[in-house]
Amino acid sequence: MPKDVTDVICPFCGTLCDDVVVTVSDDNKTILSVKNACAIGAEKFNHQRLPGRVKRPRMRQPDGTYKEVSYDEAIDWTAKMLVKSRKTLMYGWASTSCQAMSIGHEIAEKVGGIVDNCATVCHGSSLIAIEDVGVPSCTLGEVKNRADRVIFWGCNPAHAHPRHMSRYSIFPRGFFTVKGHKGRKIYCVDCRYTDTAKCADTFIQVQQGFDYELLDAFRTAARGEALPDTVGGVPKEKIYEVVEELKGGRFGIIFFGMGLTHTMGRNHNIDEAICLTRDMNDFTKFVIMAMRGHWNVTGSGQVLGWQYGFPYAVDLSRRDQARHQTGETTSVDLLNRNEVEACFYIATDPGAHFPINAMISSSKKPTVTIDPHINCTTEISDVHIPVAMVGVEVGGCAYRMDNVPIETRKVVEPPEGMLTDEEVLTKINNRVDELLAKGGA
Amino acid sequence: METVTLTVKQVPDLYLECENVNPDAFAGKTAEQIAKMGAYQGKEISTLGEFFTIAGNAGATAADTKIVINGDCTKMKYIGAKMTAGEVVVNSACDMYTGSWMKGGKLTVNGDVHSFCALAMAGGEFTINGNAGNYLGAAYRGDWRGMSGGVLRVKGNAGSDVASFMTGGTMIIDGDVDIHLGTHMEGGKIILKGNANRRVGGQLVKGEIYVFGKINVMMPGYKPSGEVDLEVDGTKATFIDYTGDLGERHPKRKGATVYGHLFMKK
Repeated sequence: MPKDVTDVICPFCGTLCDDVVVTVSDDNKTILSVKNACAIGAEKFNHQRLPGRVKRPRMRQPDGTYKEVSYDEAIDWTAKMLVKSRKTLMYGWASTSCQAMSIGHEIAEKVGGIVDNCATVCHGSSLIAIEDVGVPSCTLGEVKNRADRVIFWGCNPAHAHPRHMSRYSIFPRGFFTVKGHKGRKIYCVDCRYTDTAKCADTFIQVQQGFDYELLDAFRTAARGEALPDTVGGVPKEKIYEVVEELKGGRFGIIFFGMGLTHTMGRNHNIDEAICLTRDMNDFTKFVIMAMRGHWNVTGSGQVLGWQYGFPYAVDLSRRDQARHQTGETTSVDLLNRNEVEACFYIATDPGAHFPINAMISSSKKPTVTIDPHINCTTEISDVHIPVAMVGVEVGGCAYRMDNVPIETRKVVEPPEGMLTDEEVLTKINNRVDELLAKGGA
Repeated sequence: METVTLTVKQVPDLYLECENVNPDAFAGKTAEQIAKMGAYQGKEISTLGEFFTIAGNAGATAADTKIVINGDCTKMKYIGAKMTAGEVVVNSACDMYTGSWMKGGKLTVNGDVHSFCALAMAGGEFTINGNAGNYLGAAYRGDWRGMSGGVLRVKGNAGSDVASFMTGGTMIIDGDVDIHLGTHMEGGKIILKGNANRRVGGQLVKGEIYVFGKINVMMPGYKPSGEVDLEVDGTKATFIDYTGDLGERHPKRKGATVYGHLFMKK
């Protein structure tokens, strides 16, 4: 008889919803239905039963086709590639568990790799800003229970984090926010009238690429200084009005997304937004939070930060020291400048997200991809090692976008004989040890 | 002053980290000893002798040592980084971190430099007879102290994020710059002879920026406060004095608030 697994953690976005109910078949092998999750989250679980899944590693043949090989063969090839390469890009990590990351970092230390995660093409600029000016933040629980001024700046949770608004930021009734939506003032700053903007009380349409100027204008207005008539297409009267409303709140939060991190100025936009948050604390309680994308990209930043002091783009080529410089040790720059000799991708799909030139450069290097699915990156890899889906077929620790660790749950059994990320990485680590003990590849 | 001449004989496959190519590291060494000094290429450590032909011995101290580098250095990082005295002349374009953390001496690059050059420069003279990349004279990631002393001169253009977190020293750019000039600046002087794209002096606390050309979009936190006649780098002209960034915090000195100044040539 099918059974319900309750309180399942959704391994899709940084919101990490923890109330999903999954119905699984009697033999614990197939997911039959998913409740409470958003459309994207449900699809992540439903993927599990799709036909055509790759169940054994594949290696590229001279004629360009893939041939099935054993896990041991694929692991040996990978370990040899890592030991031989003078500089290896080890990118991904955002859709695997923190336990797997820590094993991966151990390998990177031994082989002098560069560990980078999806933040590099996502919230990396937020992390640079945080390195520069710090960040006054909070947990999503505090937002739900306290926030009465909510700003969505350059983000569109209605599409990217579908349950964020109902669970934390707009609609829920919390301890001090008993009126729910009615007790909150919602602001949306964007260059387009998005579906999130439709839920907002005030929509501020900023001219594209003028976020930095507008944030500076907010800060200038908060200090009571004069402003030009319009800033980024927004009239100064509107800026003064919004600033006064924000000052009048009890708890304000700015949620920001790619509209700030990937428009002109990037980290500087976040930097200015953080400084605005800091300034607003002279008047009321104010915090800021990045709308992190991949479900465990925050975890990768946490593990790297804890182990090496930097949240992404960590260059371990010196082995005894970690270095980090966005623009130098970041994946896209490394690939564009041909600074690496081999690529090792895990739990993400750079082929779908990196600039074409970076992927052309990557395709010319020995490449290994560890991923449950066939994706754009597996198509240019020499070896594809399929693994169990973390958060569906195996558990593991993940960090929510507010840096709260949540243990994800195993819902169904992985296909027979399929290894997990942790198992594959442990085997690679052991093989690397053997090779290094013998003096190299 | 003794001169050591390095000539590139092999261009590295990856990028070569030349942390040892500066007068301080060379001081007191013969050409043979210099050839045995290490240089990283990824995780592999090679010797300078593998990549350069080395002629001449170094002086007894850094101040007595001059280094001349010929050949293609476009894949060489850290040339002249952390130097405290002496002289380095590079007759080529260079990669990242050229002249970063330099404290003294004279560094001349007869070509372009890539990003992160003169990072946190504290003293000395650095001349770039070409264009510079991004983060010229800025702070290292997460540091709040960029260029703090010395004179940096660029004959060509520079990229974005130039002089972020600058706290002292003088930077003169003959060409144009991209976005974010002098962001978070807390002191020092920037003279820009060309045009700036946008966001000049954003979040600026203290310091002076002189712009001879145009700025595409002025930051909203700047307010004109009069005209002044000034002599800037040998040019006498009338400048409009803007104070700012009014959105940023500003310290007080003897009861008066200290603002930064952006001087725009009339």
